[in-house]
Amino acid sequence: MSFVTVSNVFQSYGGRSIIERVNVSVDEGEFISIVGASGCGKSTFLRLLLAQERPTRGEIRIARAEPAVEPGLDRGIVFQRYSVFPHMTVRENVVAGESFRTRWGRFFGAELIAARARADETLQRCGLDHVADQYPATLSGGMQQRLAIGQALAARPRVLLLDEPFGALDPGTRLSMHEFLTDLRVETGMTVFMVTHDLEEAFKLGDRVLVFDKPRWDPQDPSLHGATITYDFDARDGGIPFQTLKEETHVLEPS
Amino acid sequence: MAENPADKLLPAPSTVWDTAVRLMTEGDRRSGRILFWHDTWASLKRLGLGIGISASVGLVFGLLIGLLPLMRSFLAQFVAVLSMIPPLALLPILFIVFGLGELSKVVLIVVGTLPFLIRDLSQRTLEVPQELLVKGQTLGASSWVIALRVALPQVMPRLIQAVRLSLGPAWLFLIAAEAIASDLGLGYRIFLVRRYLAMDVILTYVIWITILAFLIDWALRWVSRRFFPWAEDGL
Repeated sequence: MSFVTVSNVFQSYGGRSIIERVNVSVDEGEFISIVGASGCGKSTFLRLLLAQERPTRGEIRIARAEPAVEPGLDRGIVFQRYSVFPHMTVRENVVAGESFRTRWGRFFGAELIAARARADETLQRCGLDHVADQYPATLSGGMQQRLAIGQALAARPRVLLLDEPFGALDPGTRLSMHEFLTDLRVETGMTVFMVTHDLEEAFKLGDRVLVFDKPRWDPQDPSLHGATITYDFDARDGGIPFQTLKEETHVLEPS
Repeated sequence: MAENPADKLLPAPSTVWDTAVRLMTEGDRRSGRILFWHDTWASLKRLGLGIGISASVGLVFGLLIGLLPLMRSFLAQFVAVLSMIPPLALLPILFIVFGLGELSKVVLIVVGTLPFLIRDLSQRTLEVPQELLVKGQTLGASSWVIALRVALPQVMPRLIQAVRLSLGPAWLFLIAAEAIASDLGLGYRIFLVRRYLAMDVILTYVIWITILAFLIDWALRWVSRRFFPWAEDGL
């Protein structure tokens, strides 16, 4: 049974159709890369997954729950920018990942001390333990994005959504972020959706690569038809799938 | 000055200084109180109360209008119209309704500065990046927690900035109200001694008001830097 089910989703603003007839099902623990030209509904699709918007038709279910009406705890998000709270220190940002669900949005006493200790663990894993008491504005772009991912993971979401998370980073930082994300995935086994412009990145990180494009184009009314998923690549094993045998063949293999 | 040592219209700095020292140290001949400090205290109390009420009400309404679309559609236009009423034109009404006591002066300051504060703060709240609000939601925050932990701390430094900007109008309204009906206060004293052409007293009070206004402004800036170090520095 699939974990995330997108069935027949349409989204249009006014009369302008953005995406149409999107069907996809994703297993738990899969890493889905989403690519496509600008204005092809990638970000719209991510907003629908986030439940920031509701589709005009169709529904999206996560773990067979009712379609969400608002972003909630089961979805974590990292934007390209503005993903961390500038008025909190790095450590407070991670603690916020756990404390925002409480009534006052903060922890007190022993709970706070325990949460701080957990936050320090997370920061160590993100390589940010040396700047725990600084404000995010003093951090580099890569560090801010690592913090944003750490903060999102502190809330323990079921699905992690990344909206061009490395788009504003330089190539070197981007490579180290790839490693960081890969390690993190091995550790947590989380389901991830990542929107990106970088095809290489999409195939390197993803298990599957979804391509959004407009299959139909009306020359009189270009906004009549929306984009949909035109390709669904298996990106495991470096984009060359079917290298491992799934069934028992009883053939002697060289040891 | 050499031709007319007793020039009333433009006293020498030394005369102003002597007057200032006399005003600050010698008591009133009739009551024995040092009126200078009583005036200062009375004015600062009115100013502080007025600005304090304005800032707290402005903050609450600014957040409500900025965060809740329903409140925005309901209140934003209303406030926009209210802010066009010239506050000094309301002063007679305030005197009639609230009497000539402290209340009408405080209310004038509130009426004069509140619409600006509400409009400014709701705009600042709207400028909080949408991403941060959505992020808060994905961390499980209720609207209340988002207002308390995301929007409020981001708006606080802007509140201090807005209060600093509205201090000018606040002094204006304070002195205007005191000039018309009062028995104590910096503005009252200036307009009282105007009758005797006591330029030395007037100048002393004007300089004193300037110093006070500057000190308040400086203190607010210090508070902003001390408590909101993450916010970018303003002027």
